[in-house]
Amino acid sequence: MSKEIVAFCCEHSAYPAADLAGKLRLDCPENLRVIRVPCAGRVDVIHILKAFERGATAVLVLGCEDGACRHITGNTRAKERAKYSEMLLKEVGMDNRTVDMLNLAPNEPHKFVRAANKITKRIKESEEAR
Amino acid sequence: MIIAERKPMEEIKQLIAPYKKVLVAGCGTCVTVCWVGGEKEVAILASQLKLARSAEGNEIVTLEATVERQCEREMVAEIKDKVAEVEAVLSLACGSGVQTMAEMFEDKPVFPAVNTTFIGMPEKEGLWVEMCGACGDCFLDRTGGVCPIVRCAKGLLNGPCGGTRKGGKCEIDPEKDCAWVLIYRRLEKQGRLDLMRKYYAPKNFRAVKRPGKVQAVKA
Repeated sequence: MSKEIVAFCCEHSAYPAADLAGKLRLDCPENLRVIRVPCAGRVDVIHILKAFERGATAVLVLGCEDGACRHITGNTRAKERAKYSEMLLKEVGMDNRTVDMLNLAPNEPHKFVRAANKITKRIKESEEAR
Repeated sequence: MIIAERKPMEEIKQLIAPYKKVLVAGCGTCVTVCWVGGEKEVAILASQLKLARSAEGNEIVTLEATVERQCEREMVAEIKDKVAEVEAVLSLACGSGVQTMAEMFEDKPVFPAVNTTFIGMPEKEGLWVEMCGACGDCFLDRTGGVCPIVRCAKGLLNGPCGGTRKGGKCEIDPEKDCAWVLIYRRLEKQGRLDLMRKYYAPKNFRAVKRPGKVQAVKA
């Protein structure tokens, strides 16, 4: 999983958006690994940490828009967990690792691609700065 | 239940600095409920340690185990095979659990990864408050079930102190309810306000000889 960006995608929103991005042949970073999850709320802190343990450079948690979560609060929980994971990484001196949570709808493939490209750019910039 | 707080990461890292293979041991009872030492926290701490050590170029192998109660020898014995494999144990249990573990595996260093703080209850999600000072001479029958020893900032047996703020808050901590206001209101509801007029002599704080020991009377 070295140098990969792991994107945990909710199967009700981000995963169809990623799928659509593929169908539309939109340019996505080649090191993006999409992991389909039943809800963004299923992604726990330990899943995020394990991704970094295996060499990921960034983790994206992508869930439904606010108020549109199939499981009611999965997306808000995911946001809190992403924030908490960042704090845990900071605690061990890995504050250069990015954990982002983003809300999107299934018909927003461009938003998906923008998020993936934005995080790739951010990683590149922080690597150059070091 | 027993409430604990995780030690700062730097301190934990220092404790296990000389070791390459460590067991992170959790407890499934009190510390699980207060989000410090359950299965989840064990996994998180193990992962954090691996990340920290790999960033330093000093890899560590961690094993994980969580027993139902780390303060019982029979339950700790369940993980003896894992303990045999490692150089040291990092326990996320309360002080009692750490000591049980250390006693069971005398040849292995057992380090505490949490600070045991008090006996309390959950006030709301993620917030625990102290309820009992384990003084060994319970006073709750006279105070409507509110302990002035730990819930009054001054531990007064004959309160209130006179510094109670408007709205029944404590003068030391305006966020906290004055224990003696709570006691008054509780006794008022029960029609037992006469207890407020009684004078209580200083408490016998030697009721429990330390270290405490209780022998059950068998039927």
